[in-house]
Amino acid sequence: MTGSAQPRRVVALGMPRHATGPLAAPITAPEPFADAAARKLKDTQLRANLGHATRTIRDKRAAVVAEVDDWEALRDRAAAVKDDVIARLPELLARFASAATAAGATVHHAADAQQANDIVLGLVQAEQADRVVKVKSMTTQEIGLNEVLEAAGIAAIETDLAELIVQLAHDKPSHILVPAIHYNRSQIRDLFALRMPGFAADSDDPAQLAGAARRYLREQFLSAQVGVCGANFAVAETGSLVIVESEGNGRMCLTLPRTLIAVVGIEKLVPHMADLGDFLRLLPRSSTGERMNPYTSIFTGVTPGDGPQQLHIVLLDNGRGAVAADPVGKQALRCIRCSACLNVCPVYERVGGHAYGSVYPGPIGAILSPQLTGQQAGHNRSLPYASTLCGACYDVCPVKINIPEILVHLRQTGPKPLAERQLMSALSWVMRDRRRWKAALRAARAGSAPLRLMTRRRGHTLRRAPWPLSAWTAHRDAPLPAQESFRDWWRRTHE
Amino acid sequence: MRIALFITCLNDAMFPKAGIATVTLLERLGHQVHFPQEQTCCGQMHANSGYAVAARQLEQLTSSVFGGADAIVSPSGSCVAHLRAHTALPVYELSELLVDVLGVTEVGARFAHRVTYHPTCHGLRLLRLGDKPLRLLRAVEGLELVELPDADQCCGFGGTFALKNSGVSGAMLDDKCANAAETGAEYLAAADNSCLAHIGGGLARRPGAPKPIHYAEILAS
Repeated sequence: MTGSAQPRRVVALGMPRHATGPLAAPITAPEPFADAAARKLKDTQLRANLGHATRTIRDKRAAVVAEVDDWEALRDRAAAVKDDVIARLPELLARFASAATAAGATVHHAADAQQANDIVLGLVQAEQADRVVKVKSMTTQEIGLNEVLEAAGIAAIETDLAELIVQLAHDKPSHILVPAIHYNRSQIRDLFALRMPGFAADSDDPAQLAGAARRYLREQFLSAQVGVCGANFAVAETGSLVIVESEGNGRMCLTLPRTLIAVVGIEKLVPHMADLGDFLRLLPRSSTGERMNPYTSIFTGVTPGDGPQQLHIVLLDNGRGAVAADPVGKQALRCIRCSACLNVCPVYERVGGHAYGSVYPGPIGAILSPQLTGQQAGHNRSLPYASTLCGACYDVCPVKINIPEILVHLRQTGPKPLAERQLMSALSWVMRDRRRWKAALRAARAGSAPLRLMTRRRGHTLRRAPWPLSAWTAHRDAPLPAQESFRDWWRRTHE
Repeated sequence: MRIALFITCLNDAMFPKAGIATVTLLERLGHQVHFPQEQTCCGQMHANSGYAVAARQLEQLTSSVFGGADAIVSPSGSCVAHLRAHTALPVYELSELLVDVLGVTEVGARFAHRVTYHPTCHGLRLLRLGDKPLRLLRAVEGLELVELPDADQCCGFGGTFALKNSGVSGAMLDDKCANAAETGAEYLAAADNSCLAHIGGGLARRPGAPKPIHYAEILAS
């Protein structure tokens, strides 16, 4: 399985191949977004936690981005580097694989989640390890690796503090960068007291909580034989992996275990080491609102006597090849998982990450999940509608992914209900001819005349309407057609 | 200058006042407005709801109806943004026409009321209208402009989003209405009647909240 690039199985958009089986679950919404969102809206504690947290990160990001004079040029350059990677994926993958192999790493290619999990499980079992320590990794979340390892009796211990919180709660992450964003500190204290072995803290002071987690994790770092990580970047020319983290837990996992396994999405490539400069300026300011990242680890292959003596790199496709072939959608592969789009999204802020039914929530999740799985998988077809197209996500994206454009593209290429198709088709037929349009205006006016009379005292707005307009009047009054249309006024006054 | 008016389907049927105000204002400033009768809809609603074929047909219809016009004005930021992205038409949102093309900020209006302004998302982030509407409003005699808290936050309309994700849309609307009410303004002005229909529908349920108004109506007063 080493060295040369193997043929990757391509997952066509719209193909339901990820639709079945437990492995599809991490990025497949089990219910329509609107249903999950309606439930989450009722959780006032969640909304308060999220509103506070997203506003804090949002303001921090805005302040540090404003300090950078050439921010727009940085975004343009980073987007161009990623576009080049997406256009030359097979070539750069082969270059990365041969450089990494030459440096002593073992490179594996996985077409989908199941292949990746099989490879990792096999490697851990070959080490006869009963547990692994993990660096925070969206890619291993995407393939559901922890669940696969646990089913085989291997404990997968998350060492990022927020991931640990989520894991101890038997919960799912609700944010790409801040997976426990939906918890406040008193909830975390209660959780630690319940589930963390040896927990001792008498308050919910963040320093005390972090100290307790540090003591617990230290034992794990020192005794684990296998570390599992993802990668923020993979440098094709040198075969190096780059991991960006804030707590130092990542560095522990990358250096202490004897064996290190990295699961890396193929879009993480950059051609050259020199390309990293721009990304390492963009990423911390966009994600945590910091000027510089605290722990940036760049490592290449194996160094005898220093660090892991076995490095396995699993290059994962899992639908990415198909996304790269979509002219409009391929820009989603530029994503560096900073989560700036989540923090500015008014929809995310109100419902949180779980409503998206995928480990990729928020605006990027609303495109990426259906793009990777195909829109037929579960209820992923509902995700492109989880947006008002307000455009705040596009404005903050450090690699300029036009998320609204992809949302519209997915709506235009995805399945839609029959009744809606018929209504929209009738409407466009009316609108394609001004006589039909005029007749429709007249009919609407005549039909609503009694309602105008009834709502006179309220300024002609309707408080209750029958289905399907009840979805409108559930939250706001509905306007009524004007007594005289504009074109009638024009004819009366100007002709 | 001879200026063609694209009224938009929504304004034509539901909110003709915005169009009447646009015509009144431009005529008062000495310009000739004409209204091509064949126009209906720009296709935005179909495009954003996922109906590409119907959207292309309506864009083409609009392109042919307005082909040859030197300048087209429309009192709807989102429709202007849609036409600019999908046609070659020289189309301007009202504040762009006034400030950028005609070079006017003082339009001779008088409106002695306390007003707050909501910059709609497509005006803000697709057209980058910036402070153009505010400059026009500030120049109105007697008008007191008060800042809307979290003005750049979406009101939750989003076309069919308001129906498909009615609850989330309603939660966003609640926040927008609360911010509007907090200003103590008599009117909440905006450059798009689709957002205003949604916000206005929420404000109508809050006693004492500002009344929705298209800013063209203020400029024409």
